Amino acid sequence: MSFYESLMTLERLPFKELWKGYGAEDVRRALAKEKLDEEDLLALLSPAAGPHLEEMAQKAQRITRSHFGHVVQLFTPMYVADYCVNHCTYCSFSSIYDFPRKKLTLEEVEKEAAAIASTGLRHILLLTGESRRDSPVGYVKDCVKVLRKYFSSISIEVNPLSAEEYQELAHAGVDGLTLFQEVYDRETYAKLHVKGPKRNFRARLDAPERGCQAGFRSVNIGALLGLHDWRQEAFMAAMHARYLQDRYPSCEISLSPPRFRPYLGSFNPESDVTDRALVQIILAYRLFLPRSGITLSTREPAEFRDRLVHLGVTKMSAGVSTEVGGHTGDGGTPQFEISDSRSVPEIRDMLYRSGLQPVFKDWDILAESSIR
Amino acid sequence: MKDALHIGGKALSSRLFIGTGKYSRNTLIPEVVEASGSEVITVALRRVDPSSREENVLNHIPPHMTLLPNTSGARTAEEAVRIARLARAAGMGNWVKIEVINDQRYLLPDNLETIRATEILAAEGFVVLPYMSPDLSAALRLRDAGAAAVMPLGAPIGSNRGLRTKELIGILIEETGLPIIVDAGIGRPSEAAEAMEMGAAAVLLNTAIATARDPLGMAEAFRGAVAAGRQAYLAGLGAVRQEAEASSPLTGFLSV
Repeated sequence: MSFYESLMTLERLPFKELWKGYGAEDVRRALAKEKLDEEDLLALLSPAAGPHLEEMAQKAQRITRSHFGHVVQLFTPMYVADYCVNHCTYCSFSSIYDFPRKKLTLEEVEKEAAAIASTGLRHILLLTGESRRDSPVGYVKDCVKVLRKYFSSISIEVNPLSAEEYQELAHAGVDGLTLFQEVYDRETYAKLHVKGPKRNFRARLDAPERGCQAGFRSVNIGALLGLHDWRQEAFMAAMHARYLQDRYPSCEISLSPPRFRPYLGSFNPESDVTDRALVQIILAYRLFLPRSGITLSTREPAEFRDRLVHLGVTKMSAGVSTEVGGHTGDGGTPQFEISDSRSVPEIRDMLYRSGLQPVFKDWDILAESSIR
Repeated sequence: MKDALHIGGKALSSRLFIGTGKYSRNTLIPEVVEASGSEVITVALRRVDPSSREENVLNHIPPHMTLLPNTSGARTAEEAVRIARLARAAGMGNWVKIEVINDQRYLLPDNLETIRATEILAAEGFVVLPYMSPDLSAALRLRDAGAAAVMPLGAPIGSNRGLRTKELIGILIEETGLPIIVDAGIGRPSEAAEAMEMGAAAVLLNTAIATARDPLGMAEAFRGAVAAGRQAYLAGLGAVRQEAEASSPLTGFLSV
């Protein structure tokens, strides 16, 4: 049993009719409940919830403050390699693009780590392009060894790995896994992933579960919003998160709602995810999964991020570069264009002004060799 | 010091323990400490960054406070033990609140792992205060393992639901012979007073104060409630009866 079986059942739902079928009463009923089920989630993502965003926001904020208080955890992604063997139609790292690829040496990793750590951040998300050949597990592990000197929590966002490989990395000190399914709709997935191992939908879908089994403390998933009908994608991502929560109660499951951003190519998304839509998604996530982390990336513009921090968000990236070596060297080709280029102190000050507390450190790596 | 609470060789005059999480800024902490009159403050070691001058929560804790580092984030006894040792090595003293939580949805403690961690840390000389689900057998095992007090939950962390486990906490107060510190769930001063009236040794709060509109006002309200509840307990509450009892008995003449 994996989420794949659940997904095969869920994808048979007549979404188009479903969205039309929900009314204000369904939304109010969902809002009145403490523990929401699948039907409630559908109602909150349906067009009927559109006029109720304010009520949803009030409740989402209450829940968030009660469970998480006024704190927002900060982290930044660190790109160490942009070699990729896949051809995905929406990503600059796609193998079809011809640009000088980069992979940091361990010395460069150290330099980059020191620069990021000097901003006060203690949580890092290590990213590579998806290439087992160019950025194999051994390389990731070597990078982690370096990063441990500077950070108290290390997450990875790399190509899907086996449970054993994840376990190896957990023992090396990695405590979090981020892996986006990108698209939950299988037909669209097949269309957008033209070439490479990423075409294997199921291998990717089951990877977060392998991460839970391997003992990562946190697993962050999501759909890249804009590649298919956003209501359906948000529904599937939330159901995936609940599936993992139900089976792996000791793992903290978080959701990210990234929206499609301009990149090197010219692909234009099918589904336009408006600001209102994104707000609806975040609120539905919070109401459906009250204790889940919700991560907000710099794909969103600064002014919009400043508003979203009150609606359920618990983690934010800050001081971001999506280029390999972008914090110290000349950088490379960005994976996508970011919208909020503010520095760590600027994000920190914004949070304080908003009545929130930035948290730079929220864990200590406890993997065997880390006892200091 | 009259009616002091003795734990780990310390005599505490305040029976209100507070937390450091969930505040909008760490600079509120000294003000809350003062308003609450608290002498014990819990800190999640995972949030402590000694290398950061600005964001280090420890820099905001007044020196007279007894630090109660907690093992928040631990999923196993081993992790809790490692966190406790790190806290002591970092100069945070030898008190520790054991939190071992394997359930990220309700954040309910794992009593078995908590007992294991308590056994190890009490033997190493820590003053161990374990956070637990109120269960008598587990509380007695924690006592036998060397816990200095036990901290049963009133309701899930951050829920502000009050004393949902009141009956079970009452049993722990009666049967364990240990100080019982009600931790988690208390959302209102009246609930803190109720716990104290029952004979709890102290209460620990965070969310109710940190997320109040006016945290300082709420800290003061809890200070009063805890003191009132304790005073009522010491004064001896009147018996609860099913029927009314006339204050001028009708058969009083018989005793004349």
